[in-house]
Amino acid sequence: MGVALVLALIVAPEDADQGISQRIFYIHVPIALTAYFCFGLGALKALFLLWRRDERYDLESYVAIHQGTIFGALTLVTGSIWAQASWGVWWAWSSNQLVLFLVLFLFYCAYFMLRFSLEEGPRRARSSAVYALFGVALIPVSFLAIRLAEDFIHPTVFTREGPQMSGSMFVTFCVAWAAVTLLAYVLYRVELAGKRLDLDLRELRESLR
Amino acid sequence: MTYLADVAALTRKDLKVELRARDTLPAMLLFVLSTLVVFHFALPEDSSETAAYGLLWVAIIFTALLGLSRAWVPEHEHGVLDGLVLAPCDRSAIWLGKALATLAFLLAAQAAALPAFVLFFAPLDATALVGVLLADIGICAVGSLMAAMAAAGRSREVLLPLLVLPLAIPLIVGGVGSAISADAERFVLFLGLYDGVFAVLSWASFEYVVTE
Repeated sequence: MGVALVLALIVAPEDADQGISQRIFYIHVPIALTAYFCFGLGALKALFLLWRRDERYDLESYVAIHQGTIFGALTLVTGSIWAQASWGVWWAWSSNQLVLFLVLFLFYCAYFMLRFSLEEGPRRARSSAVYALFGVALIPVSFLAIRLAEDFIHPTVFTREGPQMSGSMFVTFCVAWAAVTLLAYVLYRVELAGKRLDLDLRELRESLR
Repeated sequence: MTYLADVAALTRKDLKVELRARDTLPAMLLFVLSTLVVFHFALPEDSSETAAYGLLWVAIIFTALLGLSRAWVPEHEHGVLDGLVLAPCDRSAIWLGKALATLAFLLAAQAAALPAFVLFFAPLDATALVGVLLADIGICAVGSLMAAMAAAGRSREVLLPLLVLPLAIPLIVGGVGSAISADAERFVLFLGLYDGVFAVLSWASFEYVVTE
């Protein structure tokens, strides 16, 4: 995975011939896609939890959403840097993706608030799962809302210069995407293993007492 | 049929409790009116009417939050929720009853607030009123479920707005759009879509939130 990352980072600048600001594209877009993927995974595990009533999905759903939130925050940061480089402002309300990520970021922060304020147990697991499911419903709905809102908040819409991808750039993009997804997956496994170890340790301690 | 009878009984129970205790409705009324007065001073003299519509929506959302934060308090104080969950009715009927009762309070508060808004700030047309109604339905549907989730937590008063506000952002977009946009029907349609999606989702998932 490290090799893939290094490759992506070294290959990417070579192909970026549209000026330095375009280079962040190789980081920003894969991170954003990975964040969506993590949220989707979290919701899927949440659905499994409600469906099969298996406790282990709770932790998996939580960890996936945790990763998603981290990648979401990174998307906000890199997107903001990109906005500064290409439009000269740190924040542009006309950028649908950025606004959507801000809404999602707030939503999933509330998810953690909910989790930490409830007592541990099956009820907390189910409440979090329900909230995670609301999250995936919120993504398309608020995307639509932000699109609609444009016509009264911003009469003139930014036309964002779409990255015309030539073959080699597309390859670079795919490598970067694969690397980020792999990174997310490894982080997911590591955190899951850590959380499980923590849980086992606590149980062990309880039984020793 | 029995399902509807259950829902009606639960709604009636909430309305009756409110009529006897008078905890929620007067608070909501007073809150929304004083918010409008605060907005008068917050808006500069020469600001446009469009800004006032935006503030109306802030007032509506926060009034709804005020009502929702009280919604499950009687149930928790007297352990009614356990009884309701044990009762031989579909659990989602509890949610529907609560959402309808909250909607009734919110509509009652707005019956005073909207004329006051027209009097103080700017006129509202029929599409805007439909927008208000649809957004009320949406926020009561989602909010009743979230309030039930938050009520089990340690810091429910703080938690509820955090849970509801990100979900309410599309409602605000739709509501403001239906009041000021030239193409208001699109926003009304969008509000209808939101209500449909989230009402079904809340209806289906309520059972998981209240059962142990």
